[in-house]
Amino acid sequence: MKIVVALSHVPDTATKIKIAQDRKTIDPAGVSFVINPYDEFAVEEALRTKEKFGGEVIIVTYGNDSAKESIRKALAMGADKGILIKGDLNVDSLTVAEALTSEILQLNPDIIFCGKQSVDYDSSAVGQMLAELLNIPSISTVVKLEIENGKVRAEREVEGGVEIVESSLPIVITAQKGLNEPRYASLKGIMAAKSKPIEEKNFETNMNRLIVNELKLPESKRKSKIVGTDLSAVPELVRLLREEAKVI
Amino acid sequence: MQTRILVFLEQRNGEIKKQSLEPARKGFKLSKELNGEVTGIVFGDNISNIDIVSEHGLEKVIHFKNSKLKNYSSTAYSKLIADFVKENNFNLLLFSHTSMGKDIAPIVSAKLKAGYGADCTSIEIKDGQLVCERPIYAGKALMNFSLSSEVKVLTIRPNTISLTEDGYKVNLNVDVKEVADEKLDLRSVTTEYVKSEGKLDVAEADIIISGGRGMKGPENFYLLEEIAQLLGGAVGASRAVVDAGWRPHSEQVGQTGKTVSPKLYIACGISGAIQHLAGMSSAKCVVAINKDKDAPIFQIADYGIVGDVLEILPALKEELKKYVG
Repeated sequence: MKIVVALSHVPDTATKIKIAQDRKTIDPAGVSFVINPYDEFAVEEALRTKEKFGGEVIIVTYGNDSAKESIRKALAMGADKGILIKGDLNVDSLTVAEALTSEILQLNPDIIFCGKQSVDYDSSAVGQMLAELLNIPSISTVVKLEIENGKVRAEREVEGGVEIVESSLPIVITAQKGLNEPRYASLKGIMAAKSKPIEEKNFETNMNRLIVNELKLPESKRKSKIVGTDLSAVPELVRLLREEAKVI
Repeated sequence: MQTRILVFLEQRNGEIKKQSLEPARKGFKLSKELNGEVTGIVFGDNISNIDIVSEHGLEKVIHFKNSKLKNYSSTAYSKLIADFVKENNFNLLLFSHTSMGKDIAPIVSAKLKAGYGADCTSIEIKDGQLVCERPIYAGKALMNFSLSSEVKVLTIRPNTISLTEDGYKVNLNVDVKEVADEKLDLRSVTTEYVKSEGKLDVAEADIIISGGRGMKGPENFYLLEEIAQLLGGAVGASRAVVDAGWRPHSEQVGQTGKTVSPKLYIACGISGAIQHLAGMSSAKCVVAINKDKDAPIFQIADYGIVGDVLEILPALKEELKKYVG
């Protein structure tokens, strides 16, 4: 089975965000980049799918040179090869999906895994867009996946429960936490990853449908009022919630 | 060019979901400001509460009817929406950023090659142009943006638009369009919805009471459950306690859990790691209870009590009982 993981390389979630001088981008100084946390579930599921059905796992990433670090980590977990599509930082999900499509279309995969969202722009969109551009279905936010005889049955997390979705290969699956427990790369895996190929491609576009006017930090309008330091503060807290905040 | 707005109305079990009323109101408001028109679109078999949208600004709703559309199908719904948009020259599509909305809106956007802005917390008109705002990095920053494409697709963060403001009552006209089976792209279908043990989901709750490490162990979470039940709210959890296996992932609030915007968020024994703050910073009112007076959670709380949650929670329950339940 030909398995693709569309991987993204994002700032670590512990990063404190600073806005750059241009007021339109994030200041990269002091920011460490990692595999998008949800993409780790995608890589793990891809590897399990390969272990079950055979085939190969190809990592495809859109980004700059530094994204190779994340591709390398996925290769260390057990993926077979990587493709880095080089392009400028792009906040337009559809453009990113188009860049990925340009390579993935030629690979003609049976299944594509993505994280359910990237923890940078949080749009939760690229997986579904990629599927549409490839003219195949997608199932997003998946917490359980079964594949049998080309049929796909997935559980996707929705408000208050799960939806059972049935479809068939080829398909795009976007992974939610809970789908599996991602493995750690073994020392052997890390060594092996060094000699696995990462192909570099270019994608140029002047298409940008999303224009950033400005980035800003949220202002806290919170009162930060310490009502008290023990049990005796409880009645006053409840009074404030009822009379001042009017939330209960 | 006239602004023609299409609002996606989400239904489950034949009932339009409350979250859809927010884009309906936004669509109505924008149509007034831009001298445009707004139409709702819904898929399914019989819709029992369709009249509700007349309270929220929709004069016209198109109901694509077929019993096979009763359950969500991303392939069928997205195709019907995209075709309908093309036939009728809609140029602004509004969805709620729910599980269904954020699944389907990107597909529609790709079909129409339309610019996409997800999870908007603000959509306003400035000099005749749409200017939107959305949280990025789980709310650690805000992006103010515009879409340059002719057709624009936006999803709206739930609980960001008031449903009680006056001035949205209109006369509703529902146009039922029976859809022939052969027009349905059913490559992907939802066969079942399994509700989790009767509990209210954190993403849908108006009141959330969350616990962290300070709860000392899973056996103490009943204290939160009792208060949640009393207030009609849901229990949330920090990443630390989910990773420790004390609570299920479905309750996790924060950057790798759920982003919530309830009217009241009570953080109990949660220090307030940046990833957690990111998930709940858009709550209207935040209460923090923590032993450590220097915990970062107090900085983003409206009200705080410095003290042991295990002592304070029983007292809080008793005090709340005087007024609610």
